[in-house]
Amino acid sequence: MKHVAKSFGTKEVLRDVNLSVNAEESLVLIGTSGCGKSVLLKCLLDLISADSGSITVDGQELIGADRETMEQMRRRFGMTFQFGALFDSLPIWENVTFRMRHQQKMKRAEARDLAVETITQLGLSPMVIDQYPAELSGGMQKRVALARAIADKPEILLFDEPTSGLDPITGGVIDRLIIDAVQRLGATTMTISHDMASVRRIADKVAMIHNGVIIWCGPVADMDNSGVPEVDQFVHGRAEGPLTTAAQEAARQG
Amino acid sequence: MTSFLQNIGRAALGFLAALGRITLFTADAVKWTFCPPYYLRQFLRQVIDIGYLSLPVVGLTTLFSGMVLALQSYTGFARFSAEDTVATVVVLSVTRELGPVLAGLMVAGRIGASMAAEIGTMRVTDQIDALDTLSTRPMQYLVAPRILAGTICLPFLVLVGDLIGVFGGYIVGVYRLGFNPSIYLSRTMEYLEFSDVTLGLIKAAVFGFLIALMGCYHGYNSGRGAEGVGRATTNAVVSSSILILIANYIVTAIFFG
Repeated sequence: MKHVAKSFGTKEVLRDVNLSVNAEESLVLIGTSGCGKSVLLKCLLDLISADSGSITVDGQELIGADRETMEQMRRRFGMTFQFGALFDSLPIWENVTFRMRHQQKMKRAEARDLAVETITQLGLSPMVIDQYPAELSGGMQKRVALARAIADKPEILLFDEPTSGLDPITGGVIDRLIIDAVQRLGATTMTISHDMASVRRIADKVAMIHNGVIIWCGPVADMDNSGVPEVDQFVHGRAEGPLTTAAQEAARQG
Repeated sequence: MTSFLQNIGRAALGFLAALGRITLFTADAVKWTFCPPYYLRQFLRQVIDIGYLSLPVVGLTTLFSGMVLALQSYTGFARFSAEDTVATVVVLSVTRELGPVLAGLMVAGRIGASMAAEIGTMRVTDQIDALDTLSTRPMQYLVAPRILAGTICLPFLVLVGDLIGVFGGYIVGVYRLGFNPSIYLSRTMEYLEFSDVTLGLIKAAVFGFLIALMGCYHGYNSGRGAEGVGRATTNAVVSSSILILIANYIVTAIFFG
């Protein structure tokens, strides 16, 4: 990503984002709530159109790409959303195999087998495949969302707060499942997380976004000694610091 | 004075912008309705929801409207000794006007609201974005089947509603007003023309299209949270009801005479 910018009306959410992820690398994006992490992830898939800049995947430019190119590119991606975004009207097996059923015309029996295989890998009982998302707990829904993202064996995985709203133990389990799945697929991942324990478990590289730009990016091992006050405050969860001052200033300006 | 003019200008620009958005949405929806892949199961689900499950509410509405119409027209026509036209008035009113409009308004309340709420909820919970990430066009998967089902199902609903409405008039005419059954039936058929029924069915198809379009449009562009979905639902019902009344005049004027 080079010089990516996105505004909503007069509000500049992304000003000049520059970021790169290597193949099979696990990058975690951190930053305060509302700083534009989810917007950046959605710009990558053109779910939200970036105003300017350049986003390339294996040399293919995505900003301004035509619909067909973007649809081809999306087939290489799998994504989980913050609140799962499972389809309420479909049972679990159809959620998990949605892409294969609709794009590859996979037969029903084959799809059910694939759903069972995928959710079993993620520690869910095959009994749930005929249930609907609303009948599952939050942790189970996250697993199903993960199953849907990896079922078609994508090359690139995007996770938007995969452990938010979960207890620490379930969060740890989800992290373990993500690591296993990514290793099995050899996928490149971009994850948004506020959970520093989770960040330390799943990241190879960490990038922090603040005021619409990447203010620090480096190996997860260097995160505690970044030398950037904002990163230091965020990583250690301190109430006082430059991020708090910036938030108060933004609130004062409305 | 300046601020008054500014407000008028802002409102006019807002209206034109909304009109532009709706036009683009309509063009996109119509285009994807005719492009493969077709989501047959989604379409059938909507057919059941719009066509089959709306039957009781449309049936009851037209039944009682037909009954009331027979009573009211008898009261009026008795004043100049034209009671024998009651059957004709009932059948023409129901097929040309009451059937399509009442069915349209009832379906707008039932289906327009549910479409806006369902699609709006999908919007605010990222399910529409999820469709995109799964290489499925939301316009094709969500909007096209609803618009097609609305346009096809409403004429069938209205046809059934017409029969029930005329039957309501017959019940009142024969058992309350004392008409001879065979004379009432022959009066019903005597002046009814094929074009009366087809006009009602054309109106119904237009209303079905508008109801589905407004339900999908407002749901698709729903604001955030429960409040956004609630507002989308209200807007879908209000706008489709108003559009039904406007389209009713336009279609009637086109086919007048």
